[in-house]
Amino acid sequence: MRQRKMAALAIALVAATGLTACGDEGDDSGAGGSGEKITIGIKYDQPGLGLKEGSDYTGFDVEVAKYVAKELGYEEGNIEFKESPSAQREDLIANDQVKLIFATYSITDARKEKVSFGGPYFVAGQDLLVKADNTDITGPETLNGKKLCSVTGSTSAKKVKDTLAAQVQLQEYDTYSKCVEALVGGAIDAVTTDNVILAGFAAQPANQGKLKVVGKPFSEERYGVGMKKGDTDTCGKVNTAIQKMIDSGEWQKALDKTVGPSGFKPAADKNPPKPDACA
Amino acid sequence: MSSEVTVLFDAPGPRSRRLYRIMGLVSVVVLAVVIWFVLDKLNEKGQLTAAKWKPFLTGEIWTEYLIPGLIGTITAAAISVVLALTLGGLLGVGRLSHAAWIRWPSNVLVEFFRAVPVLLMMLFAYKLYAEYDLVPSDRLALAGVVTGLTLYNGAVVAELVRSGVHSLPKGQSEAALAVGLTQGQTMRSVLLPQAVTAMLPAIVSQLVVILKDSALGYIITYEELLRKAEQIGNYKANLIPAFIVVAAIFIVINSLLSIVANKVEQRTRRRGHAAGGPLKPDQIDQAAVAAAASMAAPAGPAHSS
Amino acid sequence: MDQIPDLLRDYDFFAAFRTTIYLTLLSAVGALIIGTTVAIMRVSPVATLRTIGAAYVTLVRNTPLTLLIVFCNLGLFIQLGVVLADKNSNTFITTNNFRLAVLGLSIYTASFVAEALRSGVNTVPVGQAEAARAIGLPFVKTLTYIVLPQAFRGAIAPLGNVLIALTKNSTVASVIGVSEASLLMKEMMDERPDVLFVIFGMFAVGFVILTLPTGMLFTALSKRLVVKR
Repeated sequence: MRQRKMAALAIALVAATGLTACGDEGDDSGAGGSGEKITIGIKYDQPGLGLKEGSDYTGFDVEVAKYVAKELGYEEGNIEFKESPSAQREDLIANDQVKLIFATYSITDARKEKVSFGGPYFVAGQDLLVKADNTDITGPETLNGKKLCSVTGSTSAKKVKDTLAAQVQLQEYDTYSKCVEALVGGAIDAVTTDNVILAGFAAQPANQGKLKVVGKPFSEERYGVGMKKGDTDTCGKVNTAIQKMIDSGEWQKALDKTVGPSGFKPAADKNPPKPDACA
Repeated sequence: MSSEVTVLFDAPGPRSRRLYRIMGLVSVVVLAVVIWFVLDKLNEKGQLTAAKWKPFLTGEIWTEYLIPGLIGTITAAAISVVLALTLGGLLGVGRLSHAAWIRWPSNVLVEFFRAVPVLLMMLFAYKLYAEYDLVPSDRLALAGVVTGLTLYNGAVVAELVRSGVHSLPKGQSEAALAVGLTQGQTMRSVLLPQAVTAMLPAIVSQLVVILKDSALGYIITYEELLRKAEQIGNYKANLIPAFIVVAAIFIVINSLLSIVANKVEQRTRRRGHAAGGPLKPDQIDQAAVAAAASMAAPAGPAHSS
Repeated sequence: MDQIPDLLRDYDFFAAFRTTIYLTLLSAVGALIIGTTVAIMRVSPVATLRTIGAAYVTLVRNTPLTLLIVFCNLGLFIQLGVVLADKNSNTFITTNNFRLAVLGLSIYTASFVAEALRSGVNTVPVGQAEAARAIGLPFVKTLTYIVLPQAFRGAIAPLGNVLIALTKNSTVASVIGVSEASLLMKEMMDERPDVLFVIFGMFAVGFVILTLPTGMLFTALSKRLVVKR
């Protein structure tokens, strides 16, 4: 009975605040009209990839999203960004709350059961972030006896401990920003997650010159564009747009602009990637 | 309070006065050294630079982060208060019911919701709503926070209702029954209205607990002050200053609420609406002392959570 | 229900609760020490100490616990360099975080202990202190021989509630990665969403088992030890 009341309340709230958004999304089938709006899911808390900066949004994911949206016929002013925390991404798509998701969204078989992917538009890999003057950490196998930071519940730190360096000490926080704060403060030796995310932190003005990405990725994460399952039409258009962005050099420009200041270079043999065929 | 303080010691003579002055001075010096140490270390670590603190003087940080965060915190707290009062009212009356089949489930629910940590209930509710698609995903976090806060605080309010009714003189219900009111009528028109007046200060100070607990929502990605601080930290690379500012906002708001609770208590006592007077720790029967006693506005032993 | 043996095999449920219990007990001791000190400061004849005590309670009580624990880690440890474990040990991070969490919980809970004690002091009749002064006892002796012992006995019920709240609050230590009950529950729910109710049930029952007897014990104690007047 409580839950029903809760649900009823929540629904009432949505009805009150979400009506306009629904109207926007209801008629997006005939993409291309001048006043048409599109809602795109991004991260709000990842510098260099998807970051809310006041009322602006910056980062590589955002740049790619804007480019793709433009190719799909949406003016920049008609893009509405929506925060898409990792745990909610499938849901946001399933409930039509966002049309596309550009949010460090790795293409995996498990996720393909629920959503379709365009892209990949970037191939990242798990890597390490260390202080700029650090020379003794050159890869995951040099981490024995060191202090490594990651977020609770992420598989990346466990992978290091289980397979690569059993003697590593793990610090877990709930967010990466705390890890970076601890790294800058000298309390831990390295932070681990996808290299481009780490590069985003290293590229922040306040951290420039203080941190560096080691540059030895030890996994492969293919970032795709999430969309409704089976929407091959949109998928094809998205892939064409990504290919065009890469061919025109805009892709490289966007990368240089967003995470470039960290000195980070993505694995050249995998980047820029070739979009998969749409299933 | 001050009247009780002076009871513990005589008016100081010249020697004691000197001693007290020296002790006061020493404590000030110790405090100053600690503060200086903290500031010095923070400075050394580069936490006091203008780049880290200036953003809080810009309108953008307030309009895009702090104020929306505050609205998030207050929204969650406000919805929870309304729902907790409803739930707590029902459970509280349920516990006072003469029918065992109402009383016992009410008792069990109240004890259960008081025993389980709010964070656990939030995590569970959040997962539950997500897994079974009970709530639209953009209201998921809010629903999780509100559920956790409502269940716990509902149980607390239920305790308050019970001890509020128990604190009334027996004559109230005896008189009501004697003039021919039924049990239900006695509860509705005689006991509850007085109990509510007596409970008011305790309920206001429970708001402090709810506001603070809503901060747990950031663990399930609810957009409240703490999470906004985290976002500011990502934007300006000034996580620690952002946390300090948010802590200050919480302290100011909660202190104001405590003052309000105090005022409400004084007023209730002066106007003497309730036959039993406002709830005070020592007036509540020991069995029901629990939540209620601990909540009775600032003078009472506080109920942390 | 029949998944419980599986879950117990795959996850170290009891170790998580062991951490919760250690966190609670150690913080309870810490909170009692700090809280009593603050309570004494608040009734002392030195005005500065009274002010500091009151400021402590106001600041700490009104800050969310999550923030306090984060401050203990990011502030005390990383910024101020306060280290509570052997830096060269290979369990440094785990031990240090555990102790920082104990410190944070103690600091937070102490403000409630201080309030409980102060209300306990209020239950001691004025005559007690007056009589103590009349036979020439100075402040410290009046407090330690006459008032505080009675205040503790009068404050037992609220102190029991503080202990229960502390048990539940220990879950917040998960924000700095202390592997107590709530952290394990989150992990289990992430990995086994198919048995959500079973997992929540296990942890909820765990907390009921921890807190209900505490409540009953303190209620019984407060009845036994109440100072008859």
